[in-house]
Amino acid sequence: MLSLRRKDLVCQQVVELVTDYLEGTLSRRERRRFESHLRACPNCTAYLQQIKTTVQLTGTIEWEELTPEAQADLTDLYRRWRSE
Amino acid sequence: MEADDELLAQLRNGNEEAFVMLVARYQQPMLRLARSIASSPAVAEEAVQDTWMGVLRGIDRFEGRSSLKTWLFRILVNRARSAESHEPSQASIGEAHAVNPERFDADGHWADPVAPWTEASEARLDAAAWTPVLKAAIDDLPPRQRQIVLLRDVEGLSSAEACDVLGVGAGNQRILLHRGRSRLRGIIEAQMKKG
Repeated sequence: MLSLRRKDLVCQQVVELVTDYLEGTLSRRERRRFESHLRACPNCTAYLQQIKTTVQLTGTIEWEELTPEAQADLTDLYRRWRSE
Repeated sequence: MEADDELLAQLRNGNEEAFVMLVARYQQPMLRLARSIASSPAVAEEAVQDTWMGVLRGIDRFEGRSSLKTWLFRILVNRARSAESHEPSQASIGEAHAVNPERFDADGHWADPVAPWTEASEARLDAAAWTPVLKAAIDDLPPRQRQIVLLRDVEGLSSAEACDVLGVGAGNQRILLHRGRSRLRGIIEAQMKKG
């Protein structure tokens, strides 16, 4: 029991493994340790959730519309190519 | 919104409007990515223009083995890099800690844990409201982290596609993604605290 406990992950290690966990690149054993830490640790669970929210928000970034000048430039480029 | 494949087919049929729609969709993310590689905004802009010309000229040779998006970004990275005389910097992978080490005690447990972003903050998690904050935060990332975050989390490329576009190994890609995401989370957290 003691040797098992010694192998438990601590929070500071967990936050460094979050991306590997989400990318599915942890070994089965590492994954088990990671998930068992999460079950016992609301703080790391909250942290993982924040990373997921961060990724989700980053995916909804809205880009500026093209300026009319940029659009005109690129339309020119298209017509140049057509006439090549 | 029409799918890329649909636009590609129309573009092959000589539809100018399809080109304009493609440009509208990718011009900004491409500029962002080019700026993380090129030494000046002018060089970045030129690389993007070159890419569009390369796309038009190569459209009949594009076999669709990768997605159109991946192909676009790969051309762009090549153009932007070749516009630079120096090799892409391998330095500066960024901060080594996902979270400030001072927030943990000597045993590595949280001393200053994160506060869950729940109902109270939900209204502030409105996506549009975060756009300016996140754009600024992404622009502020070290270039290699910025490139990965743009491709993976903004544009939604898979890790294999991002590795292919940037010519980085899977392990490095993951480290860069990890640093980038960690930093963005920290910025959102700081902003939440400010209210």
